[in-house]
Amino acid sequence: MNPFLDYLLNAISLGMTFLLGCTGEILTEKVGHLNLGIPGIMSVGGACGCIALKLMYGSNIPPALILIISILASFVGGLLMGAIYSFLTVSLKANQNVTGLAMTTFGVGVTKFIMSEFSVKNAHQFLYALEYFRFPFAKNETALKYWGVMLYLAVIIALVTSFVLSRTRVGLHLRAVGENPAAADAVGINVTLYKYGSTCIGSGIAALGGLYYIMNYMGSAEAYKRIESLGWLAVALVIFSLWKPHLSIIASTLFGMLYIAGTRLPTLLGIKIDTSAIYLFQMLPYVVTIIVLIISSIRNKKENQPPASLGLPYFREER
Amino acid sequence: MNKPIALEMKNVSKYFGSLAANKNVDLTVYRGEILAILGENGCGKTTLMNMIAGIYYPDSGSVYVDGKEAVIHSPKDAFRHGIGMVHQHFKLVDIFTAAENIVLGIDDGKKYSINEVNHKVSEIADKYGFHIDPKKKIYDMSVSEKQTVEILKVLYRGADILILDEPSAVLTPQETDKLFDVLRRMREDGKSILIITHKLHEVLSISDRVAVLRKGEHIATVETATTTAPLLTEMMVGQKVELNINRPEPKNVRDRLEIVDISMKDADGVNVLDHVSFTARSGEILGIAGIAGSGQRELLEAIAGLKDLESGKIIFNRPKKNLPVSFYHKTYAEVVALANEGRFHYEDGTPVDFTGMSHSHICELVNSGKVLFNEDDVMDLRDKTPLQIRELGVRLSFVPEDRLGMGLVGNMDLVDNMMLRSYRKGHSLFVDRKKPSDLAKKIVDDLNVSTPSTHTPVRRLSGGNVQKVLVGREIAAAPTVLMAAYPVRGLDINSSYTIYDLLTEQKENGVAVIFVGEDLDVLVELCDRILVLCAGRVTAVLDGKTATKEEIGLYMTKTDFDNEEKESGTNEESQI
Repeated sequence: MNPFLDYLLNAISLGMTFLLGCTGEILTEKVGHLNLGIPGIMSVGGACGCIALKLMYGSNIPPALILIISILASFVGGLLMGAIYSFLTVSLKANQNVTGLAMTTFGVGVTKFIMSEFSVKNAHQFLYALEYFRFPFAKNETALKYWGVMLYLAVIIALVTSFVLSRTRVGLHLRAVGENPAAADAVGINVTLYKYGSTCIGSGIAALGGLYYIMNYMGSAEAYKRIESLGWLAVALVIFSLWKPHLSIIASTLFGMLYIAGTRLPTLLGIKIDTSAIYLFQMLPYVVTIIVLIISSIRNKKENQPPASLGLPYFREER
Repeated sequence: MNKPIALEMKNVSKYFGSLAANKNVDLTVYRGEILAILGENGCGKTTLMNMIAGIYYPDSGSVYVDGKEAVIHSPKDAFRHGIGMVHQHFKLVDIFTAAENIVLGIDDGKKYSINEVNHKVSEIADKYGFHIDPKKKIYDMSVSEKQTVEILKVLYRGADILILDEPSAVLTPQETDKLFDVLRRMREDGKSILIITHKLHEVLSISDRVAVLRKGEHIATVETATTTAPLLTEMMVGQKVELNINRPEPKNVRDRLEIVDISMKDADGVNVLDHVSFTARSGEILGIAGIAGSGQRELLEAIAGLKDLESGKIIFNRPKKNLPVSFYHKTYAEVVALANEGRFHYEDGTPVDFTGMSHSHICELVNSGKVLFNEDDVMDLRDKTPLQIRELGVRLSFVPEDRLGMGLVGNMDLVDNMMLRSYRKGHSLFVDRKKPSDLAKKIVDDLNVSTPSTHTPVRRLSGGNVQKVLVGREIAAAPTVLMAAYPVRGLDINSSYTIYDLLTEQKENGVAVIFVGEDLDVLVELCDRILVLCAGRVTAVLDGKTATKEEIGLYMTKTDFDNEEKESGTNEESQI
């Protein structure tokens, strides 16, 4: 296979990890909540999916159902993390940055505890489901084999989110809450409900990113250790894609390309570089994010700015 | 009047704590009329309207819509009864289009299509003569367009009773005329319009009837055609209340702060200060009267160096004759050194010879008033930061209206708040907490601040005590100019008198006091001169002893600035 095509296919499939995290974070940020807990939530999502698979190991549940149940388990894990985050930041109005970072620390820690328990010795107990996840290209030896079920799911979720945000009444209300909760409140929109709903569902979607990375992309028992660093990229991707889920589909591919550029580009260009330089390449997504931030700030186009009340707790005026 | 009744309020009361915002108000609104709600600041106009619009719920009394009792708990309930309110502060989402803002929150079960909304919005706009592009983003809009969106928002929901809270406050006269045309068209369409205002000429030009509120009570509702501006003013301000505030004669009055022709624009490009000129004098309390938002805040912030001006000058005359306080911390040697420079002289101009005099003798002579001190004393404070102003030796104290926002830090204790003013004092690495601590204790004792200790975070104190701490700190800085914005807002009677006495004491010490107030009774009893602001302009400078509340009230609401009146205003100033 053409090495460039191989690189691209691999980048797309890696990018879907970012895409799921990013779509979830966009939903959260659109209602005005900056959830820095995404890396933790993605980790927990991966762990929950793996626990579900482990429990189903050896039973005669049909493969399609195994797939759906494990994805749901992962989603619910994220939902619960989102619920904790929402309770703290929406109801108790805690600082969002601090809460988010706490969620990351908590989520990553819990995941390491759970996964280390059974990933090394009993990896087969969840990796047995690998072939269902990598359907329909599981037997393929090229990068296409990573194009499993969840990759399509990620794209569909991003497109649906984009549609909901821009074309539906719910999306309009949701964006209004993130821009100006007082205005939304004044016209009778239930601000708290929207904040809870969007943050929890967003966290659930982000959680799928963790499961995708372990089961669909890596297919390795040790993969959970790298989810955290990918989670941060998902947060950066939100800024890079200017809070637009449909843009983030393309942007996630670019992030994927940049992230693995260190290993792929030298072979592609036929040059030799020191292995330690890989880490320099992994920095590239962040560099381009900073560049995008600079450009969008200079252009100062209102549509490309973060939601106006992002990070601010909403206190209803004294009645 | 034969029109059917649209809305009735019977015996409605609303209390905030022990304070009555509205007391037993009865109000009737007919279909197809414009009813003006008139009253001073804080008379309960907006609270009353908020009860119809579902922001507040009345403590007692009831509201009837079309003859049926209506329970209005939320803006949504209000919409269900066909009531919509346009608030003074717009609640719009900046990055949405007009149509998106208008349709926001409506769930009629139909499929959401922005094209249909655009169409319907244009239809309503055309019906009443609005000019608006439904696809225009709010951030591209002028204030008047934003207001149009707010009104359309209410109309789109099918409201028959519209409440407008001071709609003309943000508009130019031309825009106001346009708005009024639209309102008249709505009236013809059978809608009831309640318009909160304190501009008399608007009341007279647009309304059918006027309801006057004073201190939360409904005074009367009169037919506009049968009333006049002086009659309305009288109803609005009421009888003079004797407060018996001590007002000693000003002594040693000197021009201290000259404000020359300053102008300022706000973020929306509206003139908040429009060629304001006046002089604040030492030993005098200059009152500033005006409807809330007439530029008082901006004026004080401009003087304090917090806001940039478009044009004009702020001239500060540093005391020519030294004040006793400023020499207490100078040593004998320093005074003699200044004398040797020839900085002291008698009133006829001959220099003072201090040779052979004792310290106390010199101080006595200096403080007697017979000796003048030469200093480079005229300076322009414009475009100077608060720090630069202080470095110039100008002791400006400012009690802002936003006590916990600009005045004090709520989470810090009394001592730390004292240090906000003295943090630059001393040269050692560590801050000196002793003096601020003593000062805090002194203020607590002198002003009877009720606080558990001086280490209590300020936000835990009651409003009156917070104010005492703030005023106490500002006065302790031994100012030459003291500016206080609404220093008695929210204070009980006793605390208010404490503050009045403090201000008067400062005036007697030769401080130029600028007092921004809202209670006209207080202004006419406390102040030596009263400057009246209206929409960022000075409409009059009156003598505090002869000014009446009615007179001030008229100047406060005067928006038709013809030259004659402006001149008479300046004449009065020169007479005083």
